[in-house]
Amino acid sequence: MSKYTTIIGLEVHVQLATKSKLFCRCSTQFGAEPNTQTCPVCIGMPGSLPVMNEEALNLALQTAVALNCTIPPLTKWDRKQYYYPDLPKGYQISQYDMPMSEHGHLEISDSKDRFETKQIRILRAHLEEDAGKSVHDEVAGRADSVIDLNRTGTPLLEIVSEPDMRSALEARAYLDELKLLLTYIGVSDCNMQEGSLRVDANVNLHIDKGGEKIATPIVEIKNMNSFRAVERAIEYEAGRQYKVWQETGAKLGDSPKQTRGWDDAAGVTRGQRSKEESSDYRYFPDPDLVPVSFSDEQVDAAKASLGELPSTIRESLQSDHGLSAYDAEVLVNQGRTLIDYYQSAVKVAGDAKGVCNWVTQDVLRVLKESDAGIETFSITAASLGDFVAKQKSGELPTARGRDVFDAMLEKGLSAADAMHSLGIEEVDDSELESLCQSLLEANPRIVDDVKGGKQQAVGALIGQAKKQNPNADPSKVRQICLDLIAKM
Amino acid sequence: MSLTSDDVEKVALLARLMLSPDELESMTAEMQQIVGYVDQLAEVDTTGIEPMAHAVELRNVTKDDNVAPSLPRGEALANAPKHNEEGYLVPAVLGD
Repeated sequence: MSKYTTIIGLEVHVQLATKSKLFCRCSTQFGAEPNTQTCPVCIGMPGSLPVMNEEALNLALQTAVALNCTIPPLTKWDRKQYYYPDLPKGYQISQYDMPMSEHGHLEISDSKDRFETKQIRILRAHLEEDAGKSVHDEVAGRADSVIDLNRTGTPLLEIVSEPDMRSALEARAYLDELKLLLTYIGVSDCNMQEGSLRVDANVNLHIDKGGEKIATPIVEIKNMNSFRAVERAIEYEAGRQYKVWQETGAKLGDSPKQTRGWDDAAGVTRGQRSKEESSDYRYFPDPDLVPVSFSDEQVDAAKASLGELPSTIRESLQSDHGLSAYDAEVLVNQGRTLIDYYQSAVKVAGDAKGVCNWVTQDVLRVLKESDAGIETFSITAASLGDFVAKQKSGELPTARGRDVFDAMLEKGLSAADAMHSLGIEEVDDSELESLCQSLLEANPRIVDDVKGGKQQAVGALIGQAKKQNPNADPSKVRQICLDLIAKM
Repeated sequence: MSLTSDDVEKVALLARLMLSPDELESMTAEMQQIVGYVDQLAEVDTTGIEPMAHAVELRNVTKDDNVAPSLPRGEALANAPKHNEEGYLVPAVLGD
């Protein structure tokens, strides 16, 4: 048994996919020239007034209901005051004591069963505006930092989990599931490289010391630039906290919450400025913005707009399509467009498992090799479905499947045309039977072997059958030969 | 409610203001006056009155999600104490 339990809560900031900022009409487009997407509102000029972006409210509401949150009847805006060069107003417009949603949950599971399926509670999800960006050119040794305020005022949804995760693996699963959900409902592109998704982790340990449960001080880890970095940082931090506890015996409450930054290259967390206490932000209601109330109709409409969520699709792929948990996960993780492709193909094929095999093995391999998406894949869902159906009916021998698939892929042919171009035709059963009969007559020793109990001896006949007629279905040849021998 | 010079020092630190001992003293007195003025509101009996989220009874004032032109960069940067052709220049923020 482990010496301690790691307690993890995650704060995730996602940029909502609006065209304009949260309180003004500046563009949110990533990658523009510095300071070309700002206006008096987002750079905090005196006398300017913010107005809420209704699309940001809609996207936030969709996310909140997808996370099973309750939506309070009234929500308001607060000013969070802190002094930093990338925050031109000297405060951030955020939500403090009346967030737009709270008390949700997200289920995480592991198809490899490394942890038990569990629900991670969501404490709250609230809207806020993003800050700008400071760039310090250390190479040039310049004394000044350059501030770019393009990002200032971009809508963010901060999703705060309860400290319900118990390992780096669970934290990773939560992030994967959250990202999948957000991209399925289309509220964010979740691009970590462009800062559309940022993660902070709150980590401490529960140590069992002779029956007494001791909690170590909570550390907030920042500056993690990938989900892998989050996993590594949590693992490192748990070990570090245990070591510190052994050395100092410091417990939760002995010191204020500490902030540490993850250094990915060095693989360590390092101490940062001590976190200002919540009261230091001196929150107060923003008088420039009126409160928001979501009606029951709006909440219902948001729920109805979600479409099928990843967890539901995974379940139905297993229960209705008979796929394994692993296959369901592989398909769902590819995103909504691939699921649509798969489902359309299954409708035509009437064989879920067959389509799943071709999609997860061949289609995904081709997409990966060509670094392309399913949108531009040369075999349409209907063609793939037809192709699988033809194998199921026996019209296309399974052994020739790969050749036909390749022909469809390279020449953009339908399954029928690809089969025609390869000279594949279904061999009539009686034709097949006479072929088998002649083979048995020519190979009395094999017949004896099979009769003597060596069933696998029939394999040699399959090879000969294919030589005489490449369209012969190996499994049929095998069966017919065995049946004929049994009657001999 | 009375304000101490410690309170003022803390607020000054949060606002990144450096006050001399003289300034701290006069500032404490002045801030005490402001807080005392607002404190008069406490005399009103608010028993049984629902707190309001905002001073006006409006709700849901929104704009649509359409982009409008931003300020030309030169104009946006014009009032900054220090800037180059691309951005605002501030003393280096390091060690964070």
